Amino acid sequence: MKMRDVLLDPLLNKNPITFQVLGICSALAITNSLLSALVMGLSVTAVLAFSNMSISLIRHHLPTSVRIIVQITIIASAVIVVDELLKAFLPETARILSVYVGLIVTNCIVLGRAETFAMQNPVGISVLDGIGNGLGFGLILMIVATIRELLGSGSLMGVSILPLVADNGWYVPNEMLLLPPSAFFIIGFLIWIIRSWKTEQVEQRDDSPIPNRTTEAG
Amino acid sequence: MDNLFAIFLRSIFVENLALAFFLGMCTFLAVSKQIKTSLGLGAAVIVVLGISVPINNLLYNIFLREGALGWANLGAFDFSYLSLISFIAVIAAMVQILEMILSRYFPLLHNNLGIFLPLLTVNCAILGASLFMVQRDYNFAESSVYGLGAGVGWALAIATLAGLREKMRYCDVPTGLQGLGITFITAGLISLAFMAMAGIEL
Repeated sequence: MKMRDVLLDPLLNKNPITFQVLGICSALAITNSLLSALVMGLSVTAVLAFSNMSISLIRHHLPTSVRIIVQITIIASAVIVVDELLKAFLPETARILSVYVGLIVTNCIVLGRAETFAMQNPVGISVLDGIGNGLGFGLILMIVATIRELLGSGSLMGVSILPLVADNGWYVPNEMLLLPPSAFFIIGFLIWIIRSWKTEQVEQRDDSPIPNRTTEAG
Repeated sequence: MDNLFAIFLRSIFVENLALAFFLGMCTFLAVSKQIKTSLGLGAAVIVVLGISVPINNLLYNIFLREGALGWANLGAFDFSYLSLISFIAVIAAMVQILEMILSRYFPLLHNNLGIFLPLLTVNCAILGASLFMVQRDYNFAESSVYGLGAGVGWALAIATLAGLREKMRYCDVPTGLQGLGITFITAGLISLAFMAMAGIEL
């Protein structure tokens, strides 16, 4: 396996959000401003790189029966450090992200990569895998956040780009994009775009009847 | 009493963990193909939330909160930074204990829930509810009610999505949207419908 593939595959071909369906919670909840998406992406990348590194280091000494709890403890320690750093240096952003920083612990990307990659691979490549997946996650976050912030409040990183009608400009903001459901639609359409391009990601239609259920009218 | 009832209703409809806060999304999207399995998972979430939120509340108020250790002459310490790691440990232990009790006394239910039980440890809805409980400063009674309500709300949301997805199996979905894409858009529409209740003050 090439180093380059490990680092770059998660960006588009095996993106954690649109392909592996991991870590959706935070992708949806905090993408209404570009700044919080950026901070979230970086935090997840840092936690992923650290947890992949530590878990890969101890992978030969870890009994299978207790591995999940050990992994969770390592991840939780990394998240606590990130959480305290954010509270100390970016208190405003930390307040907006509220519980979602803590929820990186249960972000399935982190545990998923630890379980499927770091448990089987040497340290160096595991760190790269962590960084790659973190960046792939951050990339989708930033795309969604750019659309939502630009069209929803006419600004990027808090700087006004499209002058709003309320400030004597011309742009009438689409406020639905600031509401949570819009993130579902944007990610849904992103998946559509990516899969129209990378057709090998398309899921097969499942036409088999649903088991244990009689057909019903309507 | 009124207050408790309001918290219960609010956590089901207005502040629905899945549809308003996007918690537990991975399982929400992955395990909603059939109504039957999603109901089983929903029941497991209700039980684990109903137990773990009040326990974490006790843990936080007796040990972790700033000045909480006054009874041990350690009142000057603030251990709240340890809450994340202790909450997740409590949740993991609760899930494990629940699994053992179920397999010993209710083998039928245990078989039905199957693999979903251990997966609950990493379901962010469970940890999220505990973190919200801290943020909103609930007391013991409030957090018990909140845990139950949040579980019921999550179960309701996943059952709704599963029902829609069962109907959608026979629909002609564009190729690129097949599977994950259309599920996202469906979840967005359900979430939009739930937003109608957002303004309700109880």
